[in-house]
Amino acid sequence: MIRLNINGQDRDVDVPGDMPLLWVLRDELNLTGTKFGCGIAQCGACTVHMDGTPVRACQTPAESAAGTKITTIEGVSGKAAEAVQAAWQKLDVVQCGYCQSGQIMSAVALLTDNRNPTDDDIDAAMDGNVCRCATYPRIRAAIKDAAKAMGA
Amino acid sequence: MLNQLIKQAAADVAAPSRRGFLKGAGGALVLGAMLPRTGFASEAAAPKVVGPADPRPQAFIRIAADDTVTVLVKHLDKGQGIMTGLTTIVAEELDADWAQMRGAFAPADGALYANHFFGIQGTGGSTAVANSWDELRMAGAAARAMLVATAAARWSVPASSVTVEKGVVRHAASNRSARFGELAEDAAKLPVPQNVALKDAKDYTLIGNPSLHRLDHVSKTDGTAIFAMDIRRPGQVTAVMARSPRFGGTVKSVDAAAAKRVPGVLEVLTVPRGVAVVAKNTWAAMKGREALTVEWDDAKAEMRGTDEMIADYRKLADQPGNVATNTGEAEKALAGAAKVVEAEFVFPYLAHAPMEPLNATVELTPDGGCTIWAGSQFQGVEQKVVAAMLGCKPEQVVINTVWAGGSFGRRATTDADYIAEAVSIAKAYGGKAPVHLVWTREDDIHGGRYRPLFLHKVKAGLDASGTLVAWRQKIVGQSFMSGTPFEAVMVKNGVDATSVEGSSDMAYAVPNLYVDLQSPASPVTTLWWRSVGHTHTAYAKEVMIDELAAAAGKDPVAFRLEMLKDHPRLLGVLKLAAEKAGWGGQPLPKGKGRGIAVHESFSSFVAHVAEVSVDDKGRITIDRVVCAVDCGQVVNPNIVEAQISGGTGWAIGHALRDEITLTGGLVDQSNFDTYQPLRNSEMPPVEVHILPSAARPTGVGEPGVPTAAPAVANAVFAATGKRLHHLPFTRSGMV
Repeated sequence: MIRLNINGQDRDVDVPGDMPLLWVLRDELNLTGTKFGCGIAQCGACTVHMDGTPVRACQTPAESAAGTKITTIEGVSGKAAEAVQAAWQKLDVVQCGYCQSGQIMSAVALLTDNRNPTDDDIDAAMDGNVCRCATYPRIRAAIKDAAKAMGA
Repeated sequence: MLNQLIKQAAADVAAPSRRGFLKGAGGALVLGAMLPRTGFASEAAAPKVVGPADPRPQAFIRIAADDTVTVLVKHLDKGQGIMTGLTTIVAEELDADWAQMRGAFAPADGALYANHFFGIQGTGGSTAVANSWDELRMAGAAARAMLVATAAARWSVPASSVTVEKGVVRHAASNRSARFGELAEDAAKLPVPQNVALKDAKDYTLIGNPSLHRLDHVSKTDGTAIFAMDIRRPGQVTAVMARSPRFGGTVKSVDAAAAKRVPGVLEVLTVPRGVAVVAKNTWAAMKGREALTVEWDDAKAEMRGTDEMIADYRKLADQPGNVATNTGEAEKALAGAAKVVEAEFVFPYLAHAPMEPLNATVELTPDGGCTIWAGSQFQGVEQKVVAAMLGCKPEQVVINTVWAGGSFGRRATTDADYIAEAVSIAKAYGGKAPVHLVWTREDDIHGGRYRPLFLHKVKAGLDASGTLVAWRQKIVGQSFMSGTPFEAVMVKNGVDATSVEGSSDMAYAVPNLYVDLQSPASPVTTLWWRSVGHTHTAYAKEVMIDELAAAAGKDPVAFRLEMLKDHPRLLGVLKLAAEKAGWGGQPLPKGKGRGIAVHESFSSFVAHVAEVSVDDKGRITIDRVVCAVDCGQVVNPNIVEAQISGGTGWAIGHALRDEITLTGGLVDQSNFDTYQPLRNSEMPPVEVHILPSAARPTGVGEPGVPTAAPAVANAVFAATGKRLHHLPFTRSGMV
């Protein structure tokens, strides 16, 4: 049994220690907002926060998540999260939407640490998140819009 | 067995007229928008009504007591925004308030929801708006008339004195009003009016309105949108499949002992497409598959590598092919040309790799049918194929269509592909539990259904004045229509229309035009890929035209304008893109270049201008892209912009470096580390300019793709003098 703290709640899961956090969230806890895209930390669709830092849940063994605070798209909150989600909605960023939970989790982490990101900062924070629909220009615009809203 | 299924599907696909769907579309089964320059390339050729001539609000509109209006959307929304677009069309004629509008995927029911261009229910060929435009406007207008009639009767006033605005039905003179929800139940009891007046475009408040948000803009930003991958049925099990690593391979022997010892693994089942590991969860299924030992029989498998295939194609290109078009006397004109330009183009296999890996959940039902949850794109095919597998009627195959995490053509298959695979596992599992089949990304990249590998040899001639007088094009590549239910419609005289569209029907005025095609077979499976044949034909055409302009000493825009005099809509986008990009203005500094391309696909018209920088090492940076599009009446400009911009990113991402290659029949790539998608930092700014148009609306999901890569290639030429004939660009010496 592994005790995990997900979105502020302790959850005990009976899974092998090497089961990736991604599958614990999706298959054991029915938190399906975190997506499976590649399984090798190349696409970012499974991005969650571990103690506030963005990590790829597909490469995070369940046992290594014990003792940390995990936040998923279902539980993300606070000023940066509100600003990012509002900007995403205002600019109609999404197309198929499958990557967007991960995009948003990366963007929230970026803006939590850096209220005024440059294009280079955005490149560095967001290049690990693939969007096959290529919504990239609106993702960039939404991050800037959210940064502006947070500063206001 | 598969052949039998295909035949059955073919018989059904070929006989849709019994349902009388196509009366309005001219009485013939046409895969309209998939054919080159079809649909309604000209207004004169456009049918008066696409689909049934009578309004069918009951099929498409649900008005609830709480005042919400739900539009049943018969097309799959895989990101292209059709849920929003089609709902907008209804809302406009209904005079609804946008805030009360909802969308829901329609059930699988060919009698109500067939695509009028296909004759079966399905999404593809950028047809959704064009296909639903008349049907949904009429449905909205009829529902409005029924609400008005109900209010008029209730208030004992003439219907002509009742107005509707933003979801409120009003009689001004008596200051009475009612909301849709208060009228809907009685309105539904009225007969549907057979003739309804449709709005004039100048009165539109929702259609063309840039401020309407997508209906999925909230659920896709808070994690609540449900994709097929997120379906959770009580007691469901997860399956992953071991498939032959070589195309055409079959199972010789299976040793499942170790796999069965993996905790969580429930069963190992041999099914027609390979070996399925059924487990309690996805991780256990994946671990179980790793522990599986399968020996494959490669007797009928593709053993060649892509280099050998290209060499074979090159030889074939020198042989006579099946003639796709032959106007004038190309050989003679080439012999007499003042200048001849020749090029060989190679286009690799490409995977679609939608973000959501393929998956479907299947629950066998006690009546002998089943219920399926999937990002279903060809419900009409899937119902028939699955019904044949289960020995039930197509209507016993219930399909719940859910949001699809991308498709780019991958989910629209003529044999139900992964959905049939999921059904085969559910069946082999004996209906003990709902089965969720999950493909991993590796399964997807190895899984075929690629954009076919193509080789083109083009030879074109100019006369002494630099006018294009002859064009001969030899095209070699697999046909994905051959052997499918669509073959009879799509393959004529040995020419698969999807292999030559964009070449054989090119708009440029060429007095002597010859295009032929050879379609060698291979066990490697292939499929349409966002913009289908135009993915390669537009590239060869637009790069070649650019070379001819250079050979003629003419400006690339001026050269094209001369040859498109009879094509006002192509001229329109060409001129607009050139103007907005500052074509012919300030020359760019050394190391930078500007390129243009223009093309018609799926009855929409697009031009791209790209500006690039190329460094000493051959590294391409795309600094700016300007795009002009004419897709007729625009339903949602915000979505049109997104689709054209996204199509641009899609095209250039693949052109830069993506290819699926085979060595000894084995796929060399496996995941996003080796099939590398375009990333945020590589996406250029894309300006999209939409031409105002009163023409019937046409699609935008695909037309943004064809011209983007050739515009970049032509810009690289302008910057470096180097021609990029072999894709991806890394194969032409770029990095």
